[in-house]
Amino acid sequence: MKNHISRKTLLIGATIAVVAAGAFYSCTASSGGSDNVLTGNAASKVYVAPGKYDEYYAFLSGGYNGQIAVYGLPSGRMLKFLPVFSQNPETGYGYNEETKPMLQTTYGFIPWDDTHHPELSQTDGVPDGRWLFINGNNTPRVARIDLKTFETTEILQIPNAAGGHASPFTTPDTRYIVSATRFSVPIPNADVPISTFKQNFKGTLSFITADQPGKMDIAFQILMPGFNYDLGHAGKGPSDGWFFFTTYNSEQAYEKLELNASQNDKDFIAAVNYRLAEQCVAAGKAKTVPADYFHNVMDEKSRIAHSERKSSVKMLAPKDCPGAVYYLPTPKSPHGVDIDPTGEYIVASGKLATVIPVHSFSKMQRAIADKQFDGEVQGIQVLKYSATLAGEVQKPGLGALHTEFDGKGNAYTSMFISSEIVKWKLGTWEVLDRMPVYYSVGHLMIPGGDSRKPWGHYLLSLNKITKDRYLPTGPELAQSAQLIDISGDKMKMLLDFPTIGEPHYAQAIPAELLKGNSLKFYKLADNTHPEATKAEANGGIRRQGKNVHINMIAIRSHFAPDNLEGVQVGDTVYFHITNIEQDWDIVHGFGVMGAENAEVIIVPGETRTLRWIPKTTGIFPFYCTDFCSALHQEMQGYVRVSAAGSKVALTANISARAKAQLSTAQMLPMKPGHDMNERSNGGR
Amino acid sequence: MAVVNLPLVPGQAQAIAPFVGIRASQAGATVASVRSKMSRLPRILVLVASVLMLGLFLFPLWNVRLTAPQYPEGLGMNIRINTVEGATENDLNNINNLNHYIGMKRIEPDAIPELRIMPWIVVGIILTGVATAAFARRQVLYVWTAGFIAIALIGLIDFWKWEYDYGHNLDNEHAILKIPGMTYQPPLIGAKQLLNFRATSWPSLGGILAGVAIALAVAAVVLAWRERKLSLARN
Repeated sequence: MKNHISRKTLLIGATIAVVAAGAFYSCTASSGGSDNVLTGNAASKVYVAPGKYDEYYAFLSGGYNGQIAVYGLPSGRMLKFLPVFSQNPETGYGYNEETKPMLQTTYGFIPWDDTHHPELSQTDGVPDGRWLFINGNNTPRVARIDLKTFETTEILQIPNAAGGHASPFTTPDTRYIVSATRFSVPIPNADVPISTFKQNFKGTLSFITADQPGKMDIAFQILMPGFNYDLGHAGKGPSDGWFFFTTYNSEQAYEKLELNASQNDKDFIAAVNYRLAEQCVAAGKAKTVPADYFHNVMDEKSRIAHSERKSSVKMLAPKDCPGAVYYLPTPKSPHGVDIDPTGEYIVASGKLATVIPVHSFSKMQRAIADKQFDGEVQGIQVLKYSATLAGEVQKPGLGALHTEFDGKGNAYTSMFISSEIVKWKLGTWEVLDRMPVYYSVGHLMIPGGDSRKPWGHYLLSLNKITKDRYLPTGPELAQSAQLIDISGDKMKMLLDFPTIGEPHYAQAIPAELLKGNSLKFYKLADNTHPEATKAEANGGIRRQGKNVHINMIAIRSHFAPDNLEGVQVGDTVYFHITNIEQDWDIVHGFGVMGAENAEVIIVPGETRTLRWIPKTTGIFPFYCTDFCSALHQEMQGYVRVSAAGSKVALTANISARAKAQLSTAQMLPMKPGHDMNERSNGGR
Repeated sequence: MAVVNLPLVPGQAQAIAPFVGIRASQAGATVASVRSKMSRLPRILVLVASVLMLGLFLFPLWNVRLTAPQYPEGLGMNIRINTVEGATENDLNNINNLNHYIGMKRIEPDAIPELRIMPWIVVGIILTGVATAAFARRQVLYVWTAGFIAIALIGLIDFWKWEYDYGHNLDNEHAILKIPGMTYQPPLIGAKQLLNFRATSWPSLGGILAGVAIALAVAAVVLAWRERKLSLARN
């Protein structure tokens, strides 16, 4: 009997073992991470009631869409999509005749770029809300966006450069914005074997005058060793007058950089005394070298962009201006270089480093005075690491990329690999808090967090990967932004929203500083566009050889003229449409069947031109694309296209209102150079 | 082989007889004098243990799982007796691609000779297990169980050594991310943080079946041991 019990016991024991193992197995298999980061009253902190405004404007670069998206914070509501370096069929930017010159480069018309770093203009080291600058990384360019109109008004191509990544960071007075070369290339560019990298390839640091709208220009370039210049920031306060750029690939690898540019334990931060460089240039120590580049400016009155091709720049070699450039050894493949609000600390974020090194500007000054050098690279003195180091943040996380500041003595660093924001204290270098972000954060942004006076309430984490964070949308998923409250000791996650394109960096500014300046419409009286049609009676059609120009007004709810005949196959037609509304948010659009470019959006007071080449005979309707009024659907018209050589007369109909205008008064202002008699009004 | 010690009613004996490979006509026979023979239950346990081992051809032995912030869905690796494969189609390749950052060599199943031998060892365990059940000798059971446990231990040690090799013998010349003092050996069992990845390693269904088989073999040994003592006491 005893034997039987023990047998049973054993069997039961074995069964329990199997069941336990099974349970154990299923437990480990299902250990997925689900987290609930929203705690407490996060929702109420980001809730902006209908009709209420956000506290901040945030400008997020669109990365490979070449544009900028404007969001309100803390709600995360998208306010506007700003076209900059890429054509935008939604508005006709880069498609219409007026804005095409904006995208002109020495490589031709380049309809796309890769926007990385929005940068607000500053006064006294604080964002002032006048302009926003942004770089095009691919075909190096910098752009100015006017924050009265939220429009790209100026684009400057950067010559002697490839990969304008360390750009367009500003000096505290917006005297200069910079652009440094991510890719070293022969300067001037030349057909050489790639294997001659070390002899032939160079980098350049461009200082671009930026405080005069419409007059951006390369003040001077500094010719640098052929490393990759990654990011930059200007000094401020005590370090005002200096600019700091990170470098990687100090190995000067030209193939398999992933590995070959990750060999050195330390790369460099280039510290540039640009005031001294400026003096050297003024003293004639820079060489004037040939350089081919475009400067494109949108004229404020005519709203037509003009391109100017320029042919030379001043190039300064560091050896000709001793003391202008030093290298600070910095571990390891540093990415961001960020200057704290006091201007004393220079924080480098080494992608592959295990600490966050912080250099001291005052120690750097002493090291220069005491000649604490650790060699020389192509005529540039290398300072001793220990002589400039203020401290290292130990065990910060993995894959440090960027640091911003809250103005209360704390720094926040984004960690790409460990996917977190790490808060640490300036001076003691101790880690205070960590916040996981979803997933793989690149830049982070605190409004004014790179300036002298951060508005240190919110932090935006700009994440590269979203995976399971939102409803799946096929293989390509959105990038995301996460808003974190940094007003307390511990960070609090508030909001998570997907973004348009890939936001690399962002800038934000209190809405109070911007919203009062926003233009409501352009004054029709100030419109100097040569093809503007300011009154309904002034519309018409005219032929210049194979080109047919149609001058048209748009007003609720019609175009005038709206019946056009006499166009022939083989003609190139230009629709010059003027929105003669003078009212807020009454925008008209214009689309015509078979247009190979896009529509045009015409805001009140402006003139926009759509080029159209009809390929076949027939009747082609056009219509207003922006729902403007109750009778928007009636806002349409027709173009008759006849065979080449047809006898159909060139005519444009005249509206009743135009007739009334013509009969009551012949005193309507004629456009300069366009006598009404030259135009056909259908002979009526 | 011809004589068994099954002090049970004939019907029951006949029911299990085909499984243990004994002739039914002999199943009811009782030869109490043969003290080295086992009773029915330990033999069934050994037989079940052997059958469970067939599961190793169907299910992975071990599972290594990697999760990271940017891999919420995780990456997994299943170690089978004859191969190492990704938990999903591309996992192994993706793990290898990630490991290139730290200079870990690629996990190539063809480069692990044990994976070619292991199926034969398992076949050997199964066949000798069936033979042990059929043979019904306690001493054979003891030897078989000891051998089984020894093989399992050697297997685990070997697995650990491979993990050690992958985790320590890094190609520092080609590693991109070099963190002084950092090694990347995943745990044999349990969880461990390796940079941004949390590696968890647990027996998979095949490993659990093997564990249960060992437990059954040990239970058979205990039963057989008691039977021996009982029969010694009776005499």
